[in-house]
Amino acid sequence: MADEKQTKLDLNNLKAGGFIKERGKDLFTVRLRVPGGRMSVPRLKKIAEVAEKFGGEFVHLSVRQSIELININFRDFDAVVEELGEKSQKVASCGARVRVPVACGGCEYNPNGLVDTQKSALEVDEKLFGTPTGHHKFKVAFAGCPFDCPKSATNDIGFQGAIYPTLDKDACIGCGLCAKSCVPKAIAMGEDNKPVFSNDPCIWCGDCVKVCPTGAWSEAKRGYTVRIGGKWGRNPLVGTLFATFLPEDRAVEFIAAVLEWYKQKAEGLGRIRLGDTIIKEGPEELLNHLRSRFPENTVAETIAPQIIATQIGK
Amino acid sequence: MQTIDLRGVSCPTNFVKAKLALEELENGTVAQIFLDDGEPVKNVPRSLKADGHKLLGLKQTEEGHYILELEKVEE
Repeated sequence: MADEKQTKLDLNNLKAGGFIKERGKDLFTVRLRVPGGRMSVPRLKKIAEVAEKFGGEFVHLSVRQSIELININFRDFDAVVEELGEKSQKVASCGARVRVPVACGGCEYNPNGLVDTQKSALEVDEKLFGTPTGHHKFKVAFAGCPFDCPKSATNDIGFQGAIYPTLDKDACIGCGLCAKSCVPKAIAMGEDNKPVFSNDPCIWCGDCVKVCPTGAWSEAKRGYTVRIGGKWGRNPLVGTLFATFLPEDRAVEFIAAVLEWYKQKAEGLGRIRLGDTIIKEGPEELLNHLRSRFPENTVAETIAPQIIATQIGK
Repeated sequence: MQTIDLRGVSCPTNFVKAKLALEELENGTVAQIFLDDGEPVKNVPRSLKADGHKLLGLKQTEEGHYILELEKVEE
């Protein structure tokens, strides 16, 4: 396949990254773009064909939901891109760019899902994928509910689906299923055998609404809980709360606003992630920036991303 | 009163057993389902509601398990 002496390559294919040097001479991993981890069956078949023709004996499923073709000779880059079909299967990215968003299955078939994370992931992928940050990588994840399988708060921006419950006491039959189902104990049964709600422990998971036999519990509002500044790696940080009940259709705009702040504030600080930039500048700076555009969703106050001490005890 | 005893049966087997038992009943029949505390009482009622059945009430017994009362609703 790769026997021409003079190798010509379309270097445009390389500009967003996604071709990653391996140990072996001339060999690269090709990281495919799979936003939200959803892969149609025909595409999966196509990828299998390309992997069989150009790659090694296996593919690797990355932690961030990508399929990675292994042992691709760099001389085959153009052929691989062409055979994958530029329209249906694109190559992903690496380096200081907005990466492919991760998402859970969302709400179409998963009974826990509160919001359409798949739709959000596709929108972000379409509008922001590959945007250079100027400083470091930038990761986004969407979790459909507060159980948060995608570990959203370990991303630069983590979105978590949420609903705020409200009770119609007249429709309540006093069965107590809501109190029984409420893991954070935000609902207790009162003396009148009706539920009593406390806002503070509530994590907005909506289990009360889902279990309520009569629809007495219903949803007052829905959207994303947004945590910012997380990362994992050598010095892990957990992102902290910056916005609540952000409408699903404003996720792209929200990320763009955070990116704008990051690009500007990290100028001159070298190769620095968003979370460390927030620690340096103080979370109020970013809160104020966001409040001007998302006044109804930005929280009144927050704390800087939290350092996780993973080296204690050595 | 029809009773379906799912004590000692873990998730999701308890829900599938409940579905199978409810298939045998006439539409509109009221049944009592015995469920353990913990995951079963948190999961099974919600799943049966999602299947379209009408939940009528939940009571805890002195022994500590729960009795879910529901009306079978045929889809």
